[in-house]
Amino acid sequence: MYNPTVARLTYRALLGRRRAALLFVLPGLLILLATAVRVLNGADDQIAADVLGGFALATMVPLIGVIAGTGAIGPEIDDGSIVYLLSKPVKRPTIIMTKLIVAISVTMMFSALPTFVAGFILNGNGQQLAISYTVAALVASIAYSALFLLFGTVSRHAVVIGLVYALVWETLFGSLVAGARTLSVQQWALAVAQKVGDGSMVTSDVGLTLAISLLVGVTVVATWYAGQKLRTLTLAGEE
Amino acid sequence: MTTLNIEHTSRWFGNVVAVNDVTMSIGPGVTGLLGPNGAGKSTLINMMGGFLAPSTGSVTLDGQRIWRNESVYRQIGIVPEREAMYDFLTGLEFVVANAELHGLGAKAARTALATVEMEYAQDRKIGTYSKGMRQRVKMASALVHDPSVLLLDEPFNGMDPRQRMQLMDLLRRMGATGRTVLFSSHILEEVEQLASHIEVIVAGRHAASGDFRKIRRLMTDRPHRYLVRSSDDRALAAALIADPSTAGIEVDVAEGALRVQAVDFGRFTELLPRVAREHSIRLFTVSPSDESLESVFSYLVAA
Repeated sequence: MYNPTVARLTYRALLGRRRAALLFVLPGLLILLATAVRVLNGADDQIAADVLGGFALATMVPLIGVIAGTGAIGPEIDDGSIVYLLSKPVKRPTIIMTKLIVAISVTMMFSALPTFVAGFILNGNGQQLAISYTVAALVASIAYSALFLLFGTVSRHAVVIGLVYALVWETLFGSLVAGARTLSVQQWALAVAQKVGDGSMVTSDVGLTLAISLLVGVTVVATWYAGQKLRTLTLAGEE
Repeated sequence: MTTLNIEHTSRWFGNVVAVNDVTMSIGPGVTGLLGPNGAGKSTLINMMGGFLAPSTGSVTLDGQRIWRNESVYRQIGIVPEREAMYDFLTGLEFVVANAELHGLGAKAARTALATVEMEYAQDRKIGTYSKGMRQRVKMASALVHDPSVLLLDEPFNGMDPRQRMQLMDLLRRMGATGRTVLFSSHILEEVEQLASHIEVIVAGRHAASGDFRKIRRLMTDRPHRYLVRSSDDRALAAALIADPSTAGIEVDVAEGALRVQAVDFGRFTELLPRVAREHSIRLFTVSPSDESLESVFSYLVAA
């Protein structure tokens, strides 16, 4: 279910294109913010939780997920170069699985790792905040990658759809309508983080069992469906 | 022996019919798929390459269905028309990746690059390549696994004459060794020079099939229209209409010219200068007025 050649091409496409710059900008911003807060304000658990929860997990992780998830396949489908992968005796689900693994590892690398570093800068992992939010970022990376990889496979407007989901649905609707929070990768990830940490500062609206079921369910279904869509991907000709 | 079979195949997009009940069989040797732009050539090639499902009918390779069957790619090599490639790779990296996806190694990639004579630029990024170089690297990527079927969509587009000749030589060699080579083109001369067999597609329909002599004859045996200017148009008209090779003549007063419709192309081209000389008429202009490929094709379809 893993093809090293597909992985190599995907890594190079993801990290070699111009939008890869965003992958470095957002984590850089987080570290900068964390450093500034620590220097100007000293270590404060509440502020640390606000920065990690409000910026790192709510904004940076989904954005990195959109870039890595859609970028792992979208541009290739858009410009038609995917034909070089598809005209090979390689199973379509293998291509999707490989791209998913690449997207997950890139998302983790550029979101969970900086979250961990920022957490330590902010309050030295006080109240287990750095660890909790890093776990949340790791868990969210998997579900976001699967979801956005599917968007990238089925739509040419994957980035827009991804951004709308990540920013409008999760952030805006999530803060206004309580029910929307049940269908939010962020909340599922927080449920896992709540279990890992001491549970006082990191909380979720979704129960742990439901959260894990939804995380696994979304990841599996999105990946399976992307594989099916790739099997019947139609390359429209020039005419 | 590898044969592509297309049987009563149609493909429509919404309510636009791109390919309309086409039946053809493509065997070893070089076959040219000839037709004007928008005739459905790419749609047909995409179906043969497994990138498009036929709406009805079947497209098979030695009896195996092609759509949703990735195992056929062990036998098929594809050279797409679109330019997009992995521009951030060097030519060698790109062809090696293609070889690996077939379970082959760098050796196969180097052989393929040597076949298309691209070794000299293999370490440069594809993004820096000219159109002809890209075409050759695409070709190498399609050849890595030594396929028995090669599908090329408009492979000569944008190539200079020397590159064109090289690619033609290569395709001829591949055809001569028993491979099934199919390429599309909208240029008759290209197809004529290279293909031992020609399939003509016009407006989604299979208009004609045969060797280039047969296709050439079909194309020349149609009525030809000429615009003729001479020192004495009316005398020339009178002399031409007396011969059965001429079907009709109009004296276009506004243009100051004759519009001649000839039914026997060979005989008319010999008749016109002879008649002019016998009657001491000087010819100023003789120009075919409907030589565009589209008009030839539309005649073929109507026939």
